[in-house]
Amino acid sequence: MADSITSRASFTLDSTLDTVNRLELEAEQFAQRAGFSEDDIPNIAMAVREAAVNAVLHGNNYSTEKHVSASFETTSSDLVIKIADQGPGLDPDTIPDPLAPENILRGSGRGIFLIRAFMDEVHFRQTHPGTELTLIKHRTPAPAGN
Amino acid sequence: MSMKVSTRQVDGVTILDLSGRITLGEGSVVLRDAIRDQLAKGNKSVLLNLGDVSYIDSSGIGELVSSFTTVKNSGGELKLLNLTKKVHDLLQITKLYTVFDVKDDEASAVASFTK
Repeated sequence: MADSITSRASFTLDSTLDTVNRLELEAEQFAQRAGFSEDDIPNIAMAVREAAVNAVLHGNNYSTEKHVSASFETTSSDLVIKIADQGPGLDPDTIPDPLAPENILRGSGRGIFLIRAFMDEVHFRQTHPGTELTLIKHRTPAPAGN
Repeated sequence: MSMKVSTRQVDGVTILDLSGRITLGEGSVVLRDAIRDQLAKGNKSVLLNLGDVSYIDSSGIGELVSSFTTVKNSGGELKLLNLTKKVHDLLQITKLYTVFDVKDDEASAVASFTK
């Protein structure tokens, strides 16, 4: 049975750093309204910021002809955030492990790692062209074993 | 809010007092330029005071790492001072806490540099 949606907003934005900051702020406000803890709220906002940076920078490469689509949805059980770009596509299996000794001193490559660290579920979908990331944070802890 | 840097010299150590956000764009660039300026002046003992850094993203973490390796490759030392809980937690999660020499007292941090 689908969870009932209690709050939803969607945006189509330019590929700029203003978009990154805007989506970070939206995430913070949605997380606050959904009742997440003071520890969780900045982590959710950071995960969304990192996803937005990926879309704007690595996906759309700041192109004025490409846009970032984002939606925020609060259900009875989850906060669900989708961020999509129109870039060449991102295969999550090709992202180097930033904790590996050979990568630990790299100056980049920690964004997806932080998203996964701060959210309960992260899904990638290829949209040809582009990538859609779905970030999910459970409003209540999942039952043991899930 | 963008990042600001002020510079002090204490017993041969260059202390960069950073405040604000170290994020993609301005904050990361400000830090990169500040490190480059100090190395160009021959100041190779660098202490980054992060006590007033309110926020850092993956780009900012990457810039800290790049600063560390840039100074080290120049024959110098870069250490971190006064991490906020947020920055401390991020360095733990990314397993960088043990890469950096992290201090919480300025006087002992200054004394710890190779003279």
